[in-house]
Amino acid sequence: MSLNQDKIHLLESRAAAIRRSIVLMLIEAKSGHLAGALGMADIFAYLYFHALKHDPKKPDWEYRDRLVLSNGHICPALYATMAHAEYFPVSELLTLRRFGSRLQGHPHRDFLPMLETSSGPLGSGLSQTIGMALADRIDSGRSSGRRFYCLMSDGELDEGNSWEAIMLAGREKLHNLIAIVDRNNIQIDGNTEDIMPLNPLVEKWRSFKWHVHEVNGHDFADIDRAVTEAHTIHDKPTVIIAHTIPSKGIPKFEGKFEWHGKPPTTPDDIKTALRAVGVHTI
Amino acid sequence: MLYSSLKLNPDIFSPEVELASMRTGFGEGIVNAGTADKNVVALCADLTESLQLDKFKKKFPERFIEMGVAEQNLVTVASGMAASGKIPFIGSYAVFSPGRNWEQIRTTVCYNDVPVKIVGSHAGVTVGPDGGSHQALEDIALMRVLPRMTVIVPCDAIEARKATEAAAKTVSPTYIRLARDKTALITTDETPFEIGKAQIVWKSGSTPGKKQSRSLKLATSHQSLVTKSDLGIIATGTSLYRALLVAKRLTDEGKSVQVVNLSTIKPLDERAIIKLAQESGALVTVEDHEIAGGMGSAVAECLVKHFPVPIEFIGINDRFGQSGTPEQLIANCHIDEQDIYSAAHRVMLRK
Repeated sequence: MSLNQDKIHLLESRAAAIRRSIVLMLIEAKSGHLAGALGMADIFAYLYFHALKHDPKKPDWEYRDRLVLSNGHICPALYATMAHAEYFPVSELLTLRRFGSRLQGHPHRDFLPMLETSSGPLGSGLSQTIGMALADRIDSGRSSGRRFYCLMSDGELDEGNSWEAIMLAGREKLHNLIAIVDRNNIQIDGNTEDIMPLNPLVEKWRSFKWHVHEVNGHDFADIDRAVTEAHTIHDKPTVIIAHTIPSKGIPKFEGKFEWHGKPPTTPDDIKTALRAVGVHTI
Repeated sequence: MLYSSLKLNPDIFSPEVELASMRTGFGEGIVNAGTADKNVVALCADLTESLQLDKFKKKFPERFIEMGVAEQNLVTVASGMAASGKIPFIGSYAVFSPGRNWEQIRTTVCYNDVPVKIVGSHAGVTVGPDGGSHQALEDIALMRVLPRMTVIVPCDAIEARKATEAAAKTVSPTYIRLARDKTALITTDETPFEIGKAQIVWKSGSTPGKKQSRSLKLATSHQSLVTKSDLGIIATGTSLYRALLVAKRLTDEGKSVQVVNLSTIKPLDERAIIKLAQESGALVTVEDHEIAGGMGSAVAECLVKHFPVPIEFIGINDRFGQSGTPEQLIANCHIDEQDIYSAAHRVMLRK
């Protein structure tokens, strides 16, 4: 399905709703990860409202595409997107991180079985996605029609497990595997290139036998071109390195690593965040 | 006497007792499991021949994945396959898997609740000449602390085969611990095996006699149950063979002894352990593993709560192994027959 202007407008409004929910959830929960969740809102909107083959009414549909969130800490974006896609009520979002909530601080399938994996500890999501793709290949050959998406952070590329996975997927030529790296250049302690330089990142992935596509992670047409192109590559897995702005949508917080792992808590910051996402009363 | 209903190897006490490798048992078991269930797959971290996975690889090439020397990827890829309906067996040495990849096992297997079967070979000091770096002495502790994990330590090659076949039929995360060397065959093809079931493999005297009545006199007044044995020995893995040799010696000396093969450490067969404690009043646990957190600890956790009796722990005491022959290392680490024998006498005095 092509991405016309009307669809882009729809995705923009979905992304705005997702951002609004993320901000409200985190303010209510008083803890959680803001920057990455906001930065990935456009990609979540694109995947759930355009690219993914899925059925919110039947989460265990056998022929669904799989989406694995490897960097589980940005789960407010996943939960908000799933709620807006009608997997569960939007009102449930405000239970994030509460005792007994289905929306655990990091995703846990015991509580929310419609998740593909539990996650939080970094560096293992891509491997699990590869395992799913390999199982699919054993069962259905190389043309099952299912696609396997893994959302990852750039910071988690510090993990050795990530590179073990990248090496294996290249060898296995998993053409229906698409990794999307949130290249927001921040991690908890600072900017990625100061903490543990990842560049030249494109060359690294390419040398591990992946098809690499860089995109602006806030440009739906750009993201769509990369995903569409990935579907035409038949001898390699694809990684989309999505350049995103951490805390995208709250200009005052944008680009600052300090917002990686906290929500707005002071009255001023709460006001700034709510106004930026278009909420004038809480 | 060997417990007749278990149909154990009648030649167990012969100097010419047949030896076999647990890895061979595993290799046969996974081929059988793979034949019975097409969802059984195997992944190996560059140790295919050592883990005896070559037969599975040859028979089911499409269901075998070579992972290279990457144990973290080994288990996490298996987790994804298990989430998609497969029953993955992952093979490496226990120091690396479940040693190096413990957090991935915790999160992607147990927390995710998927049926990955972790097979760790080269466990214990009996690994021998490779040295301490390759002798996993902590793996039972690492695995039994994890919620949902089943922990199986077979006593010989035949039990390793049966454990593999049985593990393939459950939906639980499972750890199977294997030794490197060929070891004495204690069981036979006819010996029953069930995950979670401890077995009495030795019981001195089949009918109540003189020795039995002597035990009765020793029974303390607060014990409502009759004490039927002087001593219980609980062993796991290859240590069971040495426990049996000691039990025979003690029996020849007039003691009444029961020996339990505790091949499943988790879930623990509490009923069998409590019964043994009630009937013997004193226990020795024997394992080729650190005392801290091992099988003996599991037994003690159970008995302290339900029926405290004196226990002597035979295991590795807070140290690493080194190069040597298995026999040298078993003696050096104080887990040999003489150590078990001395512990048996010590614990009987503590009654």
